[in-house]
Formats: sequence, C-alpha cells, structure tokens
Amino acid sequence: MEQLLGFAVPGIPYGCAYAVFAVGLVLTYQTTGVFNFGYGAQAYASAFVFAWLVENHAWPTWAAFLCSVVILGPGLGLVFDRFLFRRIPSTNTTARVVTGLSLLVGIPALLPVIFGNGNLVGAPSIVFNPDTVYFHLGSDVPVNGIYLSAVLFAVVMLVVLVLLLRTTSLGLEMRAGVESRRLLELEGVNAPRVTATAWALCGLMAGLAGVLLAPTEVTVQAQDYVTLMVAAIAAAACAALRSMSVAAVVAVLIGVVSLTAQGYLPTSSFWYSAVLPAFPFLVLVGALLLVPGLRRLDEAKDPLSSVDPPPPPPSSRLRGREIDWIVRTGFWVLLFAFVGSMLTWMPPSWETVLNQGMAYSVIFLSVTLLTGTAGQLSLAQATLAGIAAFTAGQLARHVGLDFLAGAVLGALAASVVAAVLAVASLRLRGLGLALMTLAAALLFDVAIFPAQAVSGGTGGITLSSSWLPLDLFAPDGHAYFLLALLVLVVCAGGVALVQRGTVGRFLAAMRGSELGAAGVGVNLPWQRVLAFALSGALAGVGGALLAIQQTVIAPGEFNYQLSLAFVVIVLTTGVGTVEGAIQAGIGLVVVEQLLQYAPQRLQGLTFVLFALGALTYAAHPEGIVELEKRRWTERAERVLAHRHRSPATSSVGPS
Amino acid sequence: MTRLEPPVLELEAVRAAYGPYRALFGVSFSVDRGAAVALLGPNGAGKSTVARVASGLVRVSSGSVRVDGRDVTGEPAWRIARAGLAHVPEGRGVFDSLSVEENLVLSFRRRAGRGEVSTSLERAYERFPALGQRRHDRAGALSGGQQRLLSLAKVLVAPPKVLIADELSLGLAPSVIDDVYAGLADARRSGTALVVVEQQIDRALALASSAVVLDRGAVVYFGPAQGARAVAEEVVARRHRVEEDAATQVGPGARPPAGREGRT
Ligand SMILES: Nc1ncnc2c1ncn2[C@@H]1O[C@H](COP(=O)(O)OP(=O)(O)OP(=O)(O)O)[C@@H](O)[C@H]1O
Ligand SMILES: [Mg+2]
Repeated sequence: MEQLLGFAVPGIPYGCAYAVFAVGLVLTYQTTGVFNFGYGAQAYASAFVFAWLVENHAWPTWAAFLCSVVILGPGLGLVFDRFLFRRIPSTNTTARVVTGLSLLVGIPALLPVIFGNGNLVGAPSIVFNPDTVYFHLGSDVPVNGIYLSAVLFAVVMLVVLVLLLRTTSLGLEMRAGVESRRLLELEGVNAPRVTATAWALCGLMAGLAGVLLAPTEVTVQAQDYVTLMVAAIAAAACAALRSMSVAAVVAVLIGVVSLTAQGYLPTSSFWYSAVLPAFPFLVLVGALLLVPGLRRLDEAKDPLSSVDPPPPPPSSRLRGREIDWIVRTGFWVLLFAFVGSMLTWMPPSWETVLNQGMAYSVIFLSVTLLTGTAGQLSLAQATLAGIAAFTAGQLARHVGLDFLAGAVLGALAASVVAAVLAVASLRLRGLGLALMTLAAALLFDVAIFPAQAVSGGTGGITLSSSWLPLDLFAPDGHAYFLLALLVLVVCAGGVALVQRGTVGRFLAAMRGSELGAAGVGVNLPWQRVLAFALSGALAGVGGALLAIQQTVIAPGEFNYQLSLAFVVIVLTTGVGTVEGAIQAGIGLVVVEQLLQYAPQRLQGLTFVLFALGALTYAAHPEGIVELEKRRWTERAERVLAHRHRSPATSSVGPS
Repeated sequence: MTRLEPPVLELEAVRAAYGPYRALFGVSFSVDRGAAVALLGPNGAGKSTVARVASGLVRVSSGSVRVDGRDVTGEPAWRIARAGLAHVPEGRGVFDSLSVEENLVLSFRRRAGRGEVSTSLERAYERFPALGQRRHDRAGALSGGQQRLLSLAKVLVAPPKVLIADELSLGLAPSVIDDVYAGLADARRSGTALVVVEQQIDRALALASSAVVLDRGAVVYFGPAQGARAVAEEVVARRHRVEEDAATQVGPGARPPAGREGRT
C-alpha cells in the first residue's frame, strides 16, 4: 500500500498539469468554438518569456509575471482572435484546425528567432518553492512545492471557470456565441467583444498554466509541452470537449496511472519502452472510438450561415479560351525549361534541393487528393510516407529486395495502414478525424518508429547503393532527377485523372456535403476508405523517393510535426489543384535553401513562414497561390474583354 | 397617427449583394410606428435579404437604413438590435446547444433588463405553456413549431419597436401557425410595428395594413394591403411562366435563369 502510494502520489501533480491544459482546451472549445491546438504553444510562449526575463535580464519575479502572463497571455489570445480565428467561418473546420496547427508548429519555432536560445534552464517558481518539501503524505511520501502549485492551480481554475461558464451572463453569451455569432448579435450582444473576451481569458489561462507549471520540468522545452498537450487532448476528448470537470478527472487519472505503471513495470520490458509512452495516445484513440459526443462535434451549425456568400470558383474555371491557351503553353514551356536547366547548367547544390522538392511534391499530392479533393483532413501523411520508406529499407536490408521494388510494397503497406485508419475513423468527421490521424501519427512516432526492428534505432537505416538498380547516388549524374521527374509526372497525372473522373466527382460531392452526397447515392464509407488508401499510396511513394534522396531513413524525418507542416503548407499554397502540391513542394525547399544564406538565427524560420501563410489561409481558404491566380485571371480576362469590345458576360446590370 | 413621428423603419434606395452576387437593386419602403407590413414575393425575390439588411446581417452596398429616425446604415447588427429592431430569421432562430430557459434568459437580460429576468420568464411560460414544460431541455430537441414559438417568446415579452418575422409559418401545422400569428397580433397590440415575410399571402394580408411586393430584388408594389394580392399573384405567375418557357426552350433538365444575380 505504501509502495502504491509512493508511485501514485507523484502522478497527481503530473495529472494536475495535464488537467490544467485539458480544462483550458475544453474552455477554449466551449467559449470560442475552436479546438485550439496552439494552446500548449501559448503556454510555452509565456513560460519562455517569463524564464527569459528572469534568467537573462534579472527582472524581479512579479514584473516578469506581469509581462509574460497578465499581458502576453491575453494579448496572444486577442491576436489569435483578431487576425486569425475571427476571419474563419464557423463552418470551415479544416481552416480552424489548420490555423491552430500552424500556431502549434510556428510559435515554438518563432520564439528562438526572437529571443535566441530555445531551452532556458530552471524557470523559477512563483507561488511555492519547488524544492521545499511542505509535508508528507502517509508516512514518507514527500509533497513539495511543484506538487502543491499544480494541484492548487488545477482545483482553483476548475472551480472558477465552471462558475463563470455556468452562472454568469458572460459565460452564457460566450457559449451562445460559439453556436452562432450572428444570432447572438441579433440579441443585441456585442458578439465580437464577447469572443475577444473569451480568447483573452483562454490566453490568460494558458499563460498561467505555462508559468506555474514550468518548474515541473527542469528546462523549458517545447517538447515537454507537446507531451503535456497529448495527455490533455486525450482527457478533453474523453469529456467530449464538453465538461471541464470530467476532463480534469480523466487528466489526473492519466497522470496517476502512467506513473504508477512506470513504478511497477520492469524498465527493460516491452510494456515499459513501447506501451507506456504511448499510453496517452491510446487513451485518445479509445476516446475517439468510444465517446459518442465526439461524433457530433461539428454538427451544431450556425443557423445563419446562409448569409455567407458561396466560395469563389477555382481560377481554372474562370479562364476563357485564350488565357487557357496561354497558361497551358506557359506551363509546357516552363516544364521544358526546368528539365533543360536541371540537365545542363543547374549547380549541383540546387539540383539536390529541387530533387528534394520533387519528392516532397509527391507526398504533397497525397494531401491534394485527400484534403483538397475528398475534403478529409489527415495529420498522418508524413507517418504514411515513413511507413513506406522503412518497409522498403528493411526489405532491402533483410531480404535483399531491390529498393525500388520495396518502395512499391512500402507504398502498398502505407496504403493499407491508411485504409485501416479510415475504417477505424469512419464515424468521425472534421475535428474528430483530425485528432484520430494525429493520434495515429504520434503513436507511430513514439512507439513504433523508434523500435530497432522498424527503423534500426535512432540512427535510422542508411541506404546502400547496392540496393538500387540505377546509379542513383552518382553525384553528377541526373539519374535521380529523371526518376523523380518520372514519378512526379505519373503521380500528378494520376491525381489529375482521378479528380476529373467519376471517383473525383464522388469525392468532391463528399467534400461539399456528406449528407448531400449520400443522398445522391455516393457510398460514403467506401469512398472515404478509397481516398485514404490512394492517398496513403501516394504518400508512401513520395516517402520512398525522399528516402533515396536523403540516403538515410531516420525516424525523425517522418514525425508528426512534419505531417502538420505538410498540411499547413499545402493548404496555404492551394490544396485544390495538382499545381498547388508541386508549388508547395518546390516552394518549401527553395525557401529553406534561401534561408541558408540568411543569418544563423533565421534558419528555423521556414515553418514560421508557412505558419504565417496560415494567416492568409484564414482569409482565403482556397490558398494564396490559387487566390493570386484567380486575381490575375480575372484581370487578364478584363483586359481581353476590353480589347475585344465584346459585351462583358460577367456583369449583369439592373436594367 | 401623426406624420410628425419618423417611420420606425425606413429603407431608402438600398442595394445589397452577397459577395459578387447582387440581390437588391434600390429597395425603398417605410414602416410607420405600430403598423404591420406584409413583405411578399416569389422565391428568391429578396425578401430575406431585405430583412437581413434591415437588421444589419447583410451590409448595404449603397442606400440607407433608418431605425426609429436614426441612421443605422453600416452599423453592426448588435447596435441595430439595441436600437429596437428584432429580427426572427428564416428557419431556426434559437441556440440549439442552450436550454430553453437559457435561450430566454439570454434575451431577457438585454431586452427587459437584469432585474426583470425572472418575471419575464414567468410571463413567457404563462403565454407559451409548451415552453414551460420543456424549460430545461436543449432548444435543439424541440419540434420546429416549438422552436418558432421560442423565438417569438424571446421578443414578445419585452416588445421591440419593430419586429421582422421571416417566414414564421414555413413547414408548420395549421394549428401551430394560428398560435404563431396570435403571438404576432399580441405584439402589434402592444405597440410593436411588424414586418411579416410570408409565402402564404392570405395569412400575411389578414394581419397587415400595408404591403410591399418584391420581384428580382426590386419593389414592384408598395401600398395598402388590399391592392397587394393581385400584384403578388401576378408576379408569382409570371415567374412560373418564365421558368416554364426556359424549360421548354432549352429542353428538360435545363436550369431556370438565375434571375438578376450576376457577378459584378
Ligand atoms: N448567401 C447567399 N449567397 C449568394 N446569393 C444569395 C445568398 N442568399 C441569397 N442569395 C440570392 O439572393 C437573392 C435573394 O434571396 P433571398 O433569400 O433574399 O430571397 P427570398 O425572397 O427570401 O426567397 P425565399 O422565398 O426562397 O426565402 C436570390 O437570388 C438568392 O439566390
Ligand atoms: Mg427567404
């Protein structure tokens, strides 16, 4: 009994830390309607600035607290509201998820750029001294300051917030505003201000959580907040994002169970090394499969959404014959120029970069197909790419199979995994689906990819040139380029054909309205599994291609952050079209390469840039490249119409 | 009623659009204090758009909107609501995720004042006993008719200066429609001016003193209720003829012309 207490009690502060975040997630969801993936990043920002001010600039604790929590916390929340989430219609779940994700990816990358040094040691504590043992539980379980502040904070926060949400008129207005801001305005309530207040409140909570919990970890590291976030997301999901108290209880349980198990399991066992780290993800998957409330998440629709104008048509639909001809010719000229340059004058360093961009483009095509065409959001595309790469690598290593043949089998494996994922999440949509794929990606990251049998450990698998039929590694040959070009053209053509064919119509119908699609006889489950399987195969092919280019397949190359970045990047450039994927792939590597010339500090900026792209995504869900294309097409059409003096078909006056 | 008082709602040469799709082309009419105006017209004529423009849900592109003599053009919807205009929108007009009581409380705090919430609740439950029975249920669990009654109850307890009701009767059983119209008549008795958007011409004209008939985003009739029926029926019939012509000319399955909406 004493031993059990000794293992379980240290779990309580961990659990309370999770609870603080879980409650924050539910709070944000209940008051703003946004599942804020960036919540952990917000907390991290406050903790980071707090530690930076105290450690590097010797500010007094109270001043640093004021600055990092009371000002920065709500400030960040207000900025998120004003510049991002306010612009996204509540019906656009994808845009909301992606914006949150880009904050999650962008903020931790941005902080070192602004402040330098990413990991600050020993954030000072606020209320209780972390090292002082205040009292003993039972006979000899010490309870120190960290434990006390986490527990106290969690309890106080929960009580205050539940009261605020359930009994005050502000709480009522916040909840109403989530369902329909327009309807709330019709009641005479200043809805924008209510939402802004909600964001400020959530920001304050995140900041408090970050600073109060920072001492639980030795260093202020982004990674800690991610682990924390997963446990918190799992707890919030168990509460169907509805009840803050349930979320808090589940979070504490997760903390207690993991630490108790950690105490009892032998350190060398499979359970300890693989299952334990994956425990929060398993809870999340379980919640997504079993909690019925999560299936209805996106159902409560704004009754006044019919006030919004329909989205604009794609630019290719606007093009007249002449411009269409110019664009097509231009495309072929560009393609030939590109191939010609690569084969003749392109410096090898840039050839490598562009090669990599082509491999990324293939992976990105999988996003185009799944998210752009079928409207299904997946946060596991890098994982699928990794599955194919590791399969091919292990087959080559152990069976001696040719790597290219292995790549085909690997793509098949990725396709199967994607299909299984689709079947498992058939009853989920929107946010639920995003969470499910995220859980799967994290599960692979934590429990499967690091395993010796899969990736050969942290060092990864190094490709040997004897595994490949062609001399793909030859430094000055163009074999890899030609292979990548072939694969890219085949995949891009395939996706374009699918988009135009019957399957594409079905998928597009599903994206438009699942209910409507079912009404005209589309077999939704089957189409969805098909879309996932095809997309998994594409991601797999891209992953194997990338592996050849990198010559080493390391588990870190295919982690969940990359999946998030992939989705963000493709969505901001333009997810609807094949060109969008290629622009995203090439754009990513070119930006990365150009940043090499920038000062050291700015090197981590690639993801920040694309996260900033999400800012434009909020306003233009069709993607910035697509938006610009539409603008230019419209401009060109106007010029042409003017020159020809033909009656403008596009303006119908009230004659 | 003396003409010295300004109309409680006045639209002047209002044009409005949904993004690039234009919907109203210079709509003007006014509603006197305590009057009841029927807003008629075929599908897509712009009735709901007029209602949305008046309540600030849709911004006007040009022209002006005045509520109780005050120019509210371009103001956000919540300001217009506080100026005394209530808009019960087409379809669902209640918060599904809140309980019936929470829906009412939310409204009454604004309209009747904080101190009056509990007496207002009592009055609402007395007037609509069906709501009282289900006060703790989620509003989303109510039947369509009960939801309409709830959205009426929200405004009737503290009558606004002008109430715009958009197709309140759509999809309801006749007996429920009677209830709804009884509620509207109540409101009018307590001094609220009404703008009633309706497909059922008879119902609306029975209640209204004057009428506006819209077609393709423009006013084709504004005058006494008696003269409106003929115009409204004529407009609807013409619309049907146009659609039939289009169908026979282009062949079956062809879509009717998109009316006046066009890209600007
Ligand atoms: N959200 C929107 N985006 C684009 N166009 C719209 C939108 N809502 C309405 N319209 C168009 O504006 C015009 C007026 O529509 P409105 O809804 O005001 O008509 P209505 O008279 O209320 O019709 P109904 O009887 O069907 O309710 C129609 O041509 C319609 O297609
Ligand atoms: Mg209407």
